[in-house]
This record gives sequence, structure tokens and C-alpha cells, in this order.
Amino acid sequence: MFDSKLLAESLLGQVTEALGTNSLLIGIETGGVVVLGYLIKELDIDVAFASVDVSFHRDDFEIRGLAKSKKSTSIDVVLDGRDVILVDDVIQSGRTARAAVNEIYDFGRPKTVQLATLVDRGGRELPMEPQFVGGFVDVPDSQKIAVRLDKNKELEVYVV
Amino acid sequence: MTDDIQINDGGTLRHLLTLENLSGELVSEILDRAQNFLSIGDRKTKKLPLLRGRSVFNLFFENSTRTRTTFEIAAKRLSADVVNLNIATSSQSKGESLLDMIDNLVAMQADMFVVRHAQSDAANMIARHVPKGIHIINAGAGSHSHPTQGLLDAFTIRHFKKDFTGLKIVIIGDILHSRVARSQIHVLKALGVHEIRVVGPETLVPESLSEMGVSVYNDVDSAIKGADVVTTLRLQNERMEVSLVPSVQQFHKDYGLTKERLALAHPEAIVLHPGPINRGVEIASEVADGPQAVILRQVTFGIAVRMAVMSLLQD
Repeated sequence: MFDSKLLAESLLGQVTEALGTNSLLIGIETGGVVVLGYLIKELDIDVAFASVDVSFHRDDFEIRGLAKSKKSTSIDVVLDGRDVILVDDVIQSGRTARAAVNEIYDFGRPKTVQLATLVDRGGRELPMEPQFVGGFVDVPDSQKIAVRLDKNKELEVYVV
Repeated sequence: MTDDIQINDGGTLRHLLTLENLSGELVSEILDRAQNFLSIGDRKTKKLPLLRGRSVFNLFFENSTRTRTTFEIAAKRLSADVVNLNIATSSQSKGESLLDMIDNLVAMQADMFVVRHAQSDAANMIARHVPKGIHIINAGAGSHSHPTQGLLDAFTIRHFKKDFTGLKIVIIGDILHSRVARSQIHVLKALGVHEIRVVGPETLVPESLSEMGVSVYNDVDSAIKGADVVTTLRLQNERMEVSLVPSVQQFHKDYGLTKERLALAHPEAIVLHPGPINRGVEIASEVADGPQAVILRQVTFGIAVRMAVMSLLQD
């Protein structure tokens, strides 16, 4: 349904170009971490990376309570002064990205924060725009899409 | 729908009143959440926005330093505003006047009450009384229950022992009057522990306790033998006054956890105690300060567990 390979290679190309010695890639649990894993595997250079779980900063806590999550934020490097690229699978409202920015600020003050997503499905509700996008997809609002690894360990965008 | 007032229509916690009948699944969810909260002590910003703008009232009708303080820290790390009311000396803390007081605090826009009371059903009574949207946590009720202590005991055991099912756990002391023991037994049962041994003076550990699904021992040495977890309980002075225990010295000789006794347990056994400890009574100093004691870790874990409970309550 989606050309996952094209999306992945497009994102990889853009991120590769943006990386520098001060870069820190941070995957957003759980889909963003899958995409991050792909990027790290495909990149020719060693790059610092970490992961964030955004449960504690979600804005729907009042409505839905805490999401069940066994994941937690893991930032074992110094964040202050780094050029962070947040990595997520899908962007829609922008609320997850907002929560991720708040989460990383609990750990320090990065120099810059950029956002890379494999898929942009439109429908923004907050002023959060990714600098790097694998591609745009048009799916009905009722459909949820996500990213997983297929049997060949390649990224696959699928309808949940 | 459920008749259990501490469970909401979604099957999760509305209040935390008792660990009795709480499912292993719900208990595990609380422990998992506490695990996530444990690491926020490592952050630069040790504060999360989950309870921002909420008011938590600590209502302690009995004295407690450790429990009240850790509840206060937990609420503050979740960005709540905390109001402490120490009402231990108040004589008008029963029946209708208690609910009148609650009504006044509700009128002050309280969102959560943390209640410690000598009466075992005080927290339940408040939970049934308050309007929707207000949550109650039982922080110790008479000799009946102390759910967050039971949960932090379970969290501590899981931290050091991982799997519950094969564990041998022994609780030593005044089991009959101990809310800590009762809560620990309920939570361990929910988590699938098969072998819970209790031991202490016959007046404090009656045979009828076996109805709770525990093995009652008369001899402390055989109860400790091979145990993975040893919990000693504080000997409460009021038990002495009514002569349920012959003397402090005799109690230490018969039931105190000494280095020699602890050597009978599994070599990697851990020692738990709810605090405050009576050195030389239920526990020898060299055990309390020794490498197997995890008593101070329990205190730290208690903050994460209380954060977990506070953040999980919903209507």
C-alpha cells in the first residue's frame, strides 16, 4: 500500500546530509525508535543516539490517564549544547513531538532541536513541523498507520 | 460496573483503599509505572507535570514522618500543590465531624486526599462520601491495611528478586496487629507467591492466620530456613502494655533477627522492615546495617510507588 522503501531511503538521505559531529539522534518510543534503529543501521558513520518516552508529558493525561508503557526515556549522553534530531514514525497533530520536546528539556538544554519523521499524514493541530520527511501519505482520519520491521528487517509502513 | 468503590468503570483504580482483591494485573501496572518514575531522580528537572494545578491534602490522624514525607515528595514531584494537616491531637476526628471536615476541604477544591486514620474504615467512608473527581489514598488504616507499604514492599522484592512465583518469604513479629503484614500478604498473593511463612509469639500469630493462605510457624529458625525474603515488623510498644509480649529482651532473644538467624536464610536473602526500626528488639543493629538489609532502599522506592499510585487514579 505504501512504498516503504522509498520513504525510508528519502528520510535517510536527508538525515545523512544534516548530521554533524555534534548531532544526537533521539527516537520517540515506540515507532520512532524503530525508525531510529533503521537510520543507525544504514548510516556509514557512528552517531550518538538516545530514546524518549513521552507518556509523562502527553497532553491527554486528563482525559485518558497515563498510557501503559514499559518504555522509559534513556538519555545517557550530555544533552546540553547538542544538535538534536528527534525521530518519529508518523506525524499528524504534532502533539507527540511537542511532548517529546518537553521530555528532553527535563534532561538539559540542547543547542538546536529538529524533527525527522518517516511519514507526514497532515492534520496538524500544533505549530510543529518536521524538517526532514520521508514522504506525505493521504489516509482517512479513521485509519491509524504505524511502522514496523518486516521479516527482512526492513521498515514497513502499515495500516493498524 | 462494579461494587468495588476503589475500581472505576474502566476496571482501573479510582481510589486506593486496600490491596485485598486487587488483581495481579493492576498491581503489576502500578509497579511498572513506579519503575518508570524511579529514574526521574536522575533528571536535571526532577518534576513531572502530571498533577500540575491539583491540590493534594495529607490528612494524618495518626503521626507518621516517613509515610507523610514520602507522599509529600511524591505529590510535589508530580507538580501538585500539597497541604499537610496534622490532626493527630484533634478529638473531633470521628464519625460525622470527620465528614464535615472533608466537606470543608472539598469546598477548598481539594482533588486528592491521602488519609491515615486509626479507624480501619475511615478512608472507605471518605471515598464513599466525596463527589466524583476526588480521589482517596489510604496511607495506613488501624491494624487493617497500609496498601502503599504493601506495594513498595512488592516493588522492593521485585527489584532484587525479579520473579515472584518461586520465592520463599517469611514475615516475623506481630502479624495479628500489623497492617504492614496484612498488606504485604495480600499483594504477594496477588503476584503469585506460593510460600509465605509467618512466625511470632502465639498471642500475635494465631493459628487462624492460615486462613489468609500463609503457613504459620512456631519456631523462628525453621521459618527463616532457606527464605529469600525476610520481613521483620516493628514491635509496637502498645502491645507490651497489654502483656502480649513478655519483655523486650525476651522478644529479641526469641524472635529478633540476628546475624546468626539470618545465616539460616538463603545466602542472597534480603531483609525488609517498614521502619522505624527498634535496634536490638526485632532486629539486631548488625543486620539492620548489614549488606542484606534493603530498608533504606524501601524508603526511596516508596516515593516512586506513591507517585505511581497518585498518577494512576482516575474516574
